[in-house]
Parts: sequence; C-alpha cells; structure tokens
Amino acid sequence: MSNVPSAIADEARPRLPRGVRLVHNEAQGGWVLLAPERVFKADAIAAEIVKRCTGEATFADIVDDLVRTYSAPRERILADVTALLRGLADKKLLEL
Amino acid sequence: MIGGTENRATPPMPRPAGEQGEKIIHRPIGLLAELTHRCPLGCPYCSNPLVLDPRQAELDTQTWARVFAEAAALGVLQVHLSGGEPGARRDLVEITEAAHRCGLYTNLITSAVGIATSTLLRLAEIGLDHVQISIQDSEPASADHIAGYRGAFARKRALALEVVRLKILLTVNVVVHRSNIDRIGEMVALARDLGASRVEIAHVQYYGWALRNRAALMPSAEQVARALKAVDELRRRYQGELVIDAVAPDYYARFPKPCVGGWGQRSLNVTPAGKVLPCHAAESIPGLEFWSVREHSLADIWTSSPAFNAFRGTDWMQEPCRTCARRDIDFGGCRCQAFALTGDARAADPVCHLSPSHEQVIALAAMQHGAPYLYRTSAGAAA
Repeated sequence: MSNVPSAIADEARPRLPRGVRLVHNEAQGGWVLLAPERVFKADAIAAEIVKRCTGEATFADIVDDLVRTYSAPRERILADVTALLRGLADKKLLEL
Repeated sequence: MIGGTENRATPPMPRPAGEQGEKIIHRPIGLLAELTHRCPLGCPYCSNPLVLDPRQAELDTQTWARVFAEAAALGVLQVHLSGGEPGARRDLVEITEAAHRCGLYTNLITSAVGIATSTLLRLAEIGLDHVQISIQDSEPASADHIAGYRGAFARKRALALEVVRLKILLTVNVVVHRSNIDRIGEMVALARDLGASRVEIAHVQYYGWALRNRAALMPSAEQVARALKAVDELRRRYQGELVIDAVAPDYYARFPKPCVGGWGQRSLNVTPAGKVLPCHAAESIPGLEFWSVREHSLADIWTSSPAFNAFRGTDWMQEPCRTCARRDIDFGGCRCQAFALTGDARAADPVCHLSPSHEQVIALAAMQHGAPYLYRTSAGAAA
C-alpha cells in the first residue's frame, strides 16, 4: 500500500452508504461521522467535503466547489479530497 | 482530517465544582441497551452473568424511550440494541424507533434467530442503521452444535442476505475458540459471500457463563499464532472490500485490552432490568453500587453513581499500573478480569506481562480439555 492514493474519476458520484451518517453534535463538540460500531471525529474541512458527497454531485463538481469556497489551488484541494475519500472508501464508509 | 475510532477525547462534562475531585468526566459515546437476557441460543461462550434478569423485571417500552432521550442529551451517539436476543422483545420495533427519533445511530446486535423477516422490514422502514449478526462457524453442523440450536445457521444466512438486500450495512461477528479457530478464513469468506461490509473476529472473553467452559473453549498457543497470521493475510486479501476488526485473545496477550475505552469514559451499559453498568460484566465485581434508570436520570448516573466513579481516572490504581507508561493507553486493563483472576478488582489485569499474577494466566491458558460444552439454557431468564 503506497502513500499516494489512486485517483478518483471526475465523473464518480461519491455518497455515504446507508448506515454512515455525518451529524453535528453539540455535546461531542462538533461534526462526527457515525458508522457501524465506530465514531469518527471530523474536523471542519473534512465535514465540508463529506457533506458534499450526496451521490448527486460528481467528484469534479465537489473539487471545483471547494476550490471556489476556499480560494485554494485546485491541485492541492484535489490531493486532499482524493486522500480523504479514498481513505473513507477503504474503510467502507463511502461509495465511489 | 478524519481519524481515530472511539478513542478520541471528548469535551469534559460540566459538573458541580468540587464534587468529583480531579477526575475529568468525558461524555459517553455509546450505550449498550441489553433489552432482554432471554435468548434461544445456548452458546457456551456467553459472557452474560450467571444470574439472568427474568422477563417480568425487564424495562418497558416507555422507559427505554426515556433512557434514549436522556442518552442523546448526554452526548451518546450510538445505541447498540443487544441482549440476550433483542428479537425476543415483542416491542423491538417500537424501542428502535424511539432511539432513532432521538437522532441516535441504531445498531441491532442479533443472533438472527427470533427476528422475523417482517420485523426486519419494519426496522428498515423506521431507519435502523446497522445490523450485526453472529455466526458460530462456517460449517452448518458445527455452527448449530456450538449455538446449541438446530437450524440456527440456516436462519442466520437467510437474515443476513435479507439485511444486505435491504441495503443495510451488515457486520458478521464470529467468536473464535478451539473448535472453529482454524476456519477463520472460511468464516471471513462466508461473511463476504453474504455481503457483509465488516467482520468482527473476537476471541472468547472469559466472563460470566464463558468462565465455566474456559478449558473446553481455550485454543492452543499454536492455533492462536496461526489465527493472528491468518487475520493479517485476510486483511490484505480483502483490502477495500471488507473491514476486518479483530479482538485479541486475552490469555495469550502481553498487554491487556483498554477495556471499554476506560471505565466510565466512553460508554455505558443498561441491563434488562435497568441497572446502569460501566461495562457488561461489572456486576461480577462485589461491592460496587449500581444505580438504576428507574430511580435516577442517566446523566446523574454517569457523573455521580458510585460504580462509575469507582475506577474512573487513575487514582484507584496500584503498582505496576500506577507508574506505568501505558496507564493512559490500556487503563490497567479489565477490572472484571482482574477481580476474576486475582480476587482484587484494583489489581493490574493479569493478562499484562507486568502483573505479578501473569503466570497464573499462562497456566490457565494451558488448561485445555475436550469435555462437552456446558450449554446455557434460558431457564434462568424465562418468565
């Protein structure tokens, strides 16, 4: 397993499967991703990415949207989003 | 950006000044709701207590609904609906719906025996998030023999397929011991074929009823070594396809498990009759005072009940735990195991190689015999 995650197709429509939910919880101090017998704390950026994984938007749309929102270089956003989504998909927390 | 499982620190609870000393009380993340002790299976490794709560002592639907609302307010995110067999409750759908309405993630932990397909359909409609089904072996005859229930394997297969058909995420749980540990590969392949997304491989935890069958369940050191290697290989083979979580075999470990993520740190457990425990087996420790949801709110129990504060933090520790570099990693291991094996709940879990009683664990692991299982019957929990 290398450290560089494999690319995600522009036309992929990432979505959370049933049984994986992103929720905001005041008592736990922010965003959490709820999954089978697991709870992952999500920082604000991760939450912004996962929120966009609705199954509607394509991967390219999501990256473009984040580039606009954060005024950051596209290649950096692309690398960050790819790493996050690949990591989630490997854990069966995301469908690509 | 997203990391860790259920072991991240959460914001401390607000609490009355001066009442809890220096103990930091975190908010619980998970609640294990033991809806009933009744169960059609008789598994020899059952870790439920020797004395089971009878049906007439079980909490009613409304009380569970109140407990879930209090849990959500306390910060609990996930509810694990368990037992016994939760399907033995006729109000399982109403109970699950009550948890779901509070925004809680609902996880049904079932043997599959006693959950009708129509019940599963209703659970799916009201928003059940996840199902965990236990499988005793990959070979039907052996699986039914271990469960003490003819036809259990076939029913498990059928319900698992139905869960996947309904697009509910499925975890297959396999408890491994001497008679099935050599088929971990086959059991994981079965889980994959059923469409599970996650497999939990758990070595027997010797508590409650399981203690009676310890010598009959204990695998050999060679079996354990082969199993660890097999799990590594399976993880590589099913990378990206199946998540494989493995619980280490206590009696063959060098360090103890961080039991329940630390006593009174992450989770709570409500018994069928309403007692709230820091862990599943906590009632095996004599002298602890447990409070009930019938008399106290969950928040009150979490912060103030004597049982929850008994082993919170590190003040209770003795040597070698007190000055150990790992004391905040494994919290001295399991209090119930420390008591069961040393007679002192404050001792280091003797699974730890630093424990003065560790030799005893090695000796117990070497005690293996082929005597027939002592099956659990639900007579103790019958109405």
